[in-house]
Amino acid sequence: MLSTLLTLTAPAAFACEIFTVGDLSVEHAWSRATIGADRPGVFYVEVTNAGTTDDALIGIATPAAGMPMLHETVVTNGIASMPHAMSIPVPAGQSVKLAPGGYHGMLTGLTTALNEGDSFPVTLTFEKAGEVTVNVEVLSLRAEGPDCEHAGQ
Amino acid sequence: MRLTGPQKILWAAAGFAALAYGALMVFSDRAPVSVAQAAFRPTFTLPDAEGRLRTLSDFAGKHLLMFFGFTNCPDVCPTTLAEVAQVMDDLGEEAANVQPLFISIDPERDRRLGLAAFTAAFHPTILGLAGDAEQTRAAAESFKINFEREEDAAAPDGYMMSHSPALYLIGPDGDWLRQFTYGTPAADILADLQSRL
Repeated sequence: MLSTLLTLTAPAAFACEIFTVGDLSVEHAWSRATIGADRPGVFYVEVTNAGTTDDALIGIATPAAGMPMLHETVVTNGIASMPHAMSIPVPAGQSVKLAPGGYHGMLTGLTTALNEGDSFPVTLTFEKAGEVTVNVEVLSLRAEGPDCEHAGQ
Repeated sequence: MRLTGPQKILWAAAGFAALAYGALMVFSDRAPVSVAQAAFRPTFTLPDAEGRLRTLSDFAGKHLLMFFGFTNCPDVCPTTLAEVAQVMDDLGEEAANVQPLFISIDPERDRRLGLAAFTAAFHPTILGLAGDAEQTRAAAESFKINFEREEDAAAPDGYMMSHSPALYLIGPDGDWLRQFTYGTPAADILADLQSRL
């Protein structure tokens, strides 16, 4: 029972942690467990720009993967493709989500399998605000996102 | 001029034929559509992870939830399979009447990486099928879906797959019933299935 509680509550604190750089706050950084290290992992996050200047996410880096890249899932005429996103706009006063079915980080060349409950750092590079490193929480394979309603306060 | 008995019959037959032809023309813009939908029975012949050939008739009597994807897909495929897994859990005992199928559109690599381990990680009931190129193409055409390999130097093995991301529902007698577009919440899929089971 205690271990169940720990696995349920401890990881939630990671993804609900808020990191800031300049006017930007970065939260809900999560990934999905993988089956082994041969398939790419994923990186989701939410960035809020409280400032008055537009910014953009232009890159991600992590020791967890050899080739992390920004992508966007686009469904056109019933076909889903995943073009590279060179830059993800973070307009002034707005939030942008990297979330299932849209923008996401694709973590190719995982150094190790991502297991539920693990965490790993990802450094986000913004065009204007610069760099910030966040802890990414690995949720279950079936997760749709972190539940932060009652955590991280 | 007076028409003989046989002549009257012939004229009546010609008139009837003309009317019938006219009616056919009037309704023809609608009729073929409903006929095509009713008759749309997709087919496939694909091996499972153990190499046994599976066809639609193997699953007669069950509703099929079918998804075409690839296991190297980081976003769309796990999200959809996670939803399917949730639906199967929430169906409870009725899950016995539903068979989820994952058809690989990247079969060679998926067999190498392990198809069964991938599907089982989401839900033990999901059956993965991966054929050769020809079998895969035939199944996709039968379901009227598209997929394409896209060269991408930064992707694993140098390519990604683009594909139709919807879930397809096949009825217990093999009829194509509907599709759930990508992103349909698990609760909506569950409610639709429960209304049919």
